[in-house]
Amino acid sequence: MKSLERGTVAETRALVASGGASAVEICRAYLDRVRAVDPRVQAFRTVLEAEALAAAGRVDRDRQAGRPLGPLAGVPLAIKDVLCTRGANTTCGSRILEGFVPSYDATCVARLRQAGAVLLGKTNMDEFAMGSSTENSAYEKTRNPWDPNRVPGGSSGGSAAAVAADEAAAALGTDTGGSIRQPAALCGVPGMKPTYGRVSRYGLVAFASSLDQVGPFGRTVEDVARVLQVIAGHDPKDATSASLPVPDYAAALPRGASGLRVGVPREYFPRGMDREVDGAVRAALRAAERLGARVGEISLPHTEYAIPTYYIVATAEASSNLARYDGVRYGLRAAGSEDLASLYVRTRRAGFGAEVKRRIMLGTYVLSAGYYDAYYLKAQKVRTLIRRDFEKAFEQVDAIVTPTTPTAAFRFGEKVDDPLSMYLSDIFTVTINLAGLPAISIPCGLTKDRLPIGLQIVGRRFDEETIFRLAAALEAELKFRDNRPAVAGDR
Amino acid sequence: MAIGKSEVRHIARLANLDFSDEEYDRFTHQLNAILEYVAQLDRLDTSAIEATSHAGSETGPLREDAAGGSISQEEALRNAPEPGRGHFKVPRVIG
Repeated sequence: MKSLERGTVAETRALVASGGASAVEICRAYLDRVRAVDPRVQAFRTVLEAEALAAAGRVDRDRQAGRPLGPLAGVPLAIKDVLCTRGANTTCGSRILEGFVPSYDATCVARLRQAGAVLLGKTNMDEFAMGSSTENSAYEKTRNPWDPNRVPGGSSGGSAAAVAADEAAAALGTDTGGSIRQPAALCGVPGMKPTYGRVSRYGLVAFASSLDQVGPFGRTVEDVARVLQVIAGHDPKDATSASLPVPDYAAALPRGASGLRVGVPREYFPRGMDREVDGAVRAALRAAERLGARVGEISLPHTEYAIPTYYIVATAEASSNLARYDGVRYGLRAAGSEDLASLYVRTRRAGFGAEVKRRIMLGTYVLSAGYYDAYYLKAQKVRTLIRRDFEKAFEQVDAIVTPTTPTAAFRFGEKVDDPLSMYLSDIFTVTINLAGLPAISIPCGLTKDRLPIGLQIVGRRFDEETIFRLAAALEAELKFRDNRPAVAGDR
Repeated sequence: MAIGKSEVRHIARLANLDFSDEEYDRFTHQLNAILEYVAQLDRLDTSAIEATSHAGSETGPLREDAAGGSISQEEALRNAPEPGRGHFKVPRVIG
């Protein structure tokens, strides 16, 4: 039998339910794994050892007492540090929230607890989810489990790395412009951004409210589906959460790819594209055809405008959302300020990192008097054009397949001082947030340097099921999981 | 250049931020590079296009105006850097 910390979500829950292993034993196996590899990976900001063991103990007592077990009973998970966890430090990767302890759980976190999940800890991230490498964290430098000299992607780099390194069975991240899918691709694990409104944003510390969405990482597509099943659904505490019923995602998995119409947008395979990424994605498309999907080229003509549109919309919303950090109610307060105005400025100057300040500045500029129409309103109109591109495409196809990222994982420091080049690593993912669509990234191959390559599958609004069908079929065909990251070493 | 250093200083004041002189130079340079890049949106004629302000449903949902649970004053103040007499203390506001 494989070791306790390698089982899928369903296997782990079944093991707990049958008494094959206790939730506490499984929790200890994961905590041992975190102790063994996290000094090298640095995926976790905070490990909640005592709380995790207590939660696992409650699951074991429920089982012994014959009480019904939740769908994630005894499954150890990691949570991105941008999601509020009652009683546990939530920093958003920022100095300005150092020591902040929320008095409530995010709805998605509360639902995980209610489902019997064991929360192992909080994972590292780019400050306020702004970044694509996790290098913008004010704290640790998270390393890619496939190559310690390379970034894990971001902003949910800690969650992606934790799952890739077997430090958690699954994890939650958030995705505003690719922050789940891009690190999932770079770390070689599946990760999904659900449809905007599918998962409650209550308790998610806001970056760009019209784009932010919570979603899962797992070691398998099925694991992603099982975690999404628990966190999805209407929440009266989030006025933008959809009141639609949540389908049975696991039931969609075995339906296969046969008969699906798959569109391949030519704009996502530009000239001069990385040959290894191009080759791996095209090989996966041939696999989809073998599985009975009908693959054809489509066009999303406004793709080239997505990055400029995104950086106007996202920074405008961020500059407004981040106005709340003022040193008064929570978080950092700069000492020795003589009046309130200087308290604000000194606190924000000391508490925010360079990228966050850069985005607040850009967002403030595009919203400022005289520039609103030229930038923010213009970007919102182009957003409509981008959304319509997808609506039109989905009249002809059931799913769209693209590379998740232009390249595999890059090296530390390679892009951190060049904001535009960093922004371009989200070129294939931001369109999906602008259109509010669901999308998954699954690993589809390795480069010759043994770095994972990600493939993105996009679906219609609230049609995560079709994505799961195609993703599960491709996963079984491509057998990526036979590969193990460098950090595994021991196996 | 779309914006000069004095305008960057003005934006910083609006955003309750401040920088060193060297940082102002760097931000001015970087913001100009980003603004130059986003100017490509001007190539599109959007005069007849509606703005998308949200990716979700277009109508806001309604619910009964019923009071729900809340947190206590003590809990609300637990994260305050300087609580005092049931309040958030701040330095002088009016000079």
